[in-house]
Amino acid sequence: MATDKRTRRARPAAHELVRYEGLFAARTRGMRSSAMREMMALTERPEVISLAGGLPDTSTFAPELYAKLMARVAAESTARALQYGPTGGMAVVMEGIVKVMEAEGTIVDPEDVIVTTGGQQVIDLVCKTLIDPGDVIVAEAPTYPGAVPTFSAYEADVVQIEMDAEGMPIDALEGTLDALAGEGRRPKFIYTIPNFQNPGGVTMSLERRRRLVEVARERELLILEDNPYGLLRYEGDPLPTLYSLDASNARRGGASDLVIYLGTFSKILSPGVRLGWAVAPRPVLEKLNLGKQGADLCSSPVTQLFVAAYLDEQDWMGYIQTLRDLYRKRRDTMLEALSKHFGDQARWTKPQGGLFIWATLPQYIDTTDLLARALESENVAFVPGRAAYMDGRGAASMRLNFAGIREQDIREGIRRIGKVVDEQVGLFGTLTRNGDGS
Amino acid sequence: MKVAVLKGGRSLERQVSLRSGAQIEDALQRLGHETVVIDVGPELVKQVRAAKPDVAFIALHGRDGEDGAVQELLGAIGVPYTGSGPSACIRCADKVLAKHLMRDAGVPTPEFHSFNETAFRELGAAAALTDIERSLGFPLVVKPAGQGSALGIKFARSSEDVPSALLAAFSYDRKLLLERYVKGRDLAVSVLDSEDGSEAVALPVVEAVPRDEDFYDFEARYQIGRTAFVCPAELPQELAAQAQKLALQVYKLLGCKGFARVDLMLEQASGELWVLETNAIPGFTETSLLPQAADAAGIGFDELVSRILLSAPAR
Repeated sequence: MATDKRTRRARPAAHELVRYEGLFAARTRGMRSSAMREMMALTERPEVISLAGGLPDTSTFAPELYAKLMARVAAESTARALQYGPTGGMAVVMEGIVKVMEAEGTIVDPEDVIVTTGGQQVIDLVCKTLIDPGDVIVAEAPTYPGAVPTFSAYEADVVQIEMDAEGMPIDALEGTLDALAGEGRRPKFIYTIPNFQNPGGVTMSLERRRRLVEVARERELLILEDNPYGLLRYEGDPLPTLYSLDASNARRGGASDLVIYLGTFSKILSPGVRLGWAVAPRPVLEKLNLGKQGADLCSSPVTQLFVAAYLDEQDWMGYIQTLRDLYRKRRDTMLEALSKHFGDQARWTKPQGGLFIWATLPQYIDTTDLLARALESENVAFVPGRAAYMDGRGAASMRLNFAGIREQDIREGIRRIGKVVDEQVGLFGTLTRNGDGS
Repeated sequence: MKVAVLKGGRSLERQVSLRSGAQIEDALQRLGHETVVIDVGPELVKQVRAAKPDVAFIALHGRDGEDGAVQELLGAIGVPYTGSGPSACIRCADKVLAKHLMRDAGVPTPEFHSFNETAFRELGAAAALTDIERSLGFPLVVKPAGQGSALGIKFARSSEDVPSALLAAFSYDRKLLLERYVKGRDLAVSVLDSEDGSEAVALPVVEAVPRDEDFYDFEARYQIGRTAFVCPAELPQELAAQAQKLALQVYKLLGCKGFARVDLMLEQASGELWVLETNAIPGFTETSLLPQAADAAGIGFDELVSRILLSAPAR
């Protein structure tokens, strides 16, 4: 006797699955689940302190304010909120986006903006618009783990350039571009997160920003500038966006024709509203718009109106300041805990903003395996470094989120990881023949 | 019948177990049984007692479920369960123990050496690595003794790779083995008891053919899209029969009950069969090998589940 009313359909047997196998597009071969992903599912157990998420802390947003804004949307625009919206986004949100970008010193024309379903959709639409199988994308190493499956799905050939403390070294970029040119190849775009890079935690210096724009101009390459965290700076002076560096050049008439800028409300307001945007050269913008029509027609008018109301009536910069103060403390707590518990056997980045610290352990430690041990014996999780590389590198590194975690959990989480690392380092010493640890 | 489906748990194979459990639950309901699903955790004993099932169907993989712990508990509280008992589970889950038993019984299994952490920490085992490498040759395989999935299995191509491969394996278990790498074809033979538990039958051989170039990528195994499964495997009849015979021998040697899956390699150079390991509770998902093999033998998924269920109380 069935205990619920769900239909107990027979699932396909293995030989029937072969039929689907023949139906899948070739590009799905690049979409794979992995042992690492299976393991990440374990990090959601309640007893696990997870420093793995990419989450901001949404508990800082007042429930009363959320209710008030939604009430305003209901009172003023129920019919609009419940209707389809324009594919490119609602004008009220675009005006808000222009204000947000202005806060970072970037002046844009609302007509150059497309509103998207999260920043992630920009990455997808840009690939959809520009990438044929085998096309080259140049990215930083490590790169945003969330971009990896997108690049894979479009069968891009991603060439990653190892960053240093100032971000992507432009000499190395030029060397790579020359080498590619030697093979008759030219990247479709250069993907970069100049501010508080995810996962690297480093910020591209002003000098390199200038040079990157120059190089892109000389070689007529597009840049995808992913800037989710620019306003979440905890120290130091803000640096101009790549978009503004190019657009401010008098000849461009205030708009860049080589930078596709990606912005999002996820980290400065809420990832739950699923709203991001792109600012792009007109011909690219038109294609993005057509791509978006096919993808989802429009982003949710409900959340667009919510965001518009929020930006219109609230002190949103004040809220960002609250986040900055909170996250700065948490970053400092994590840095302090790292010094205490990771000691000499690791090095890590000291981000001036953003959400993440990137820690690198001795090369003989594979953090995917370390995560298994950390979960099993210490109930603590992080993102293994391999997730940020397309080519299997990054095995000795890990990404640690400090922004979405309470201070006591940061301290305890880092202590636990440090303990597992200590054990592994000690054990490794006994596994080498000369005891030389090499 | 009232059946408690035990799935999930906190092993690294939790996700696979959840999928196996869901498949089994659906099949049981189609078969007209009443089901209670239990995601295994600290409340397991209480939950099973409260459910008062006639039988527990254990759909757990990896630690706790496959290593005999849950079987021991169910036995203690008098609840019949599917599959092997604690002793067989222990023998299968510990690859080192299984390989010793096989070697002693004359079952061909690749040459190996096994150590726990203590051997390195306190007995200077590292000093013996050069001799081990010489006898096993390169590449050699390093595996955690008690991990069911591909996690932690590393290939060492030279002496330099060995320490980090050992460290990786020790991340999953305090005991590991270094094994000679057998290059060849990946075969699996599932074994199924008859409904009254009186006789074990080897199902058709399944071959896993990695699609990607890299042999060394264990993640590719058993993943739809990256590994093609051929069932029955394209083998000369004699060889297939030999693989099945070996699997049955190992099944009995380890004392398995109900069902199990025996993994083998067909060595390219020698044409010899080698037994790697036995899974006391292999997967029950769409792409799992036991359901595929049963399907090839004309036993549909529901019938498979039914047979395993009915053989449970026959212990």
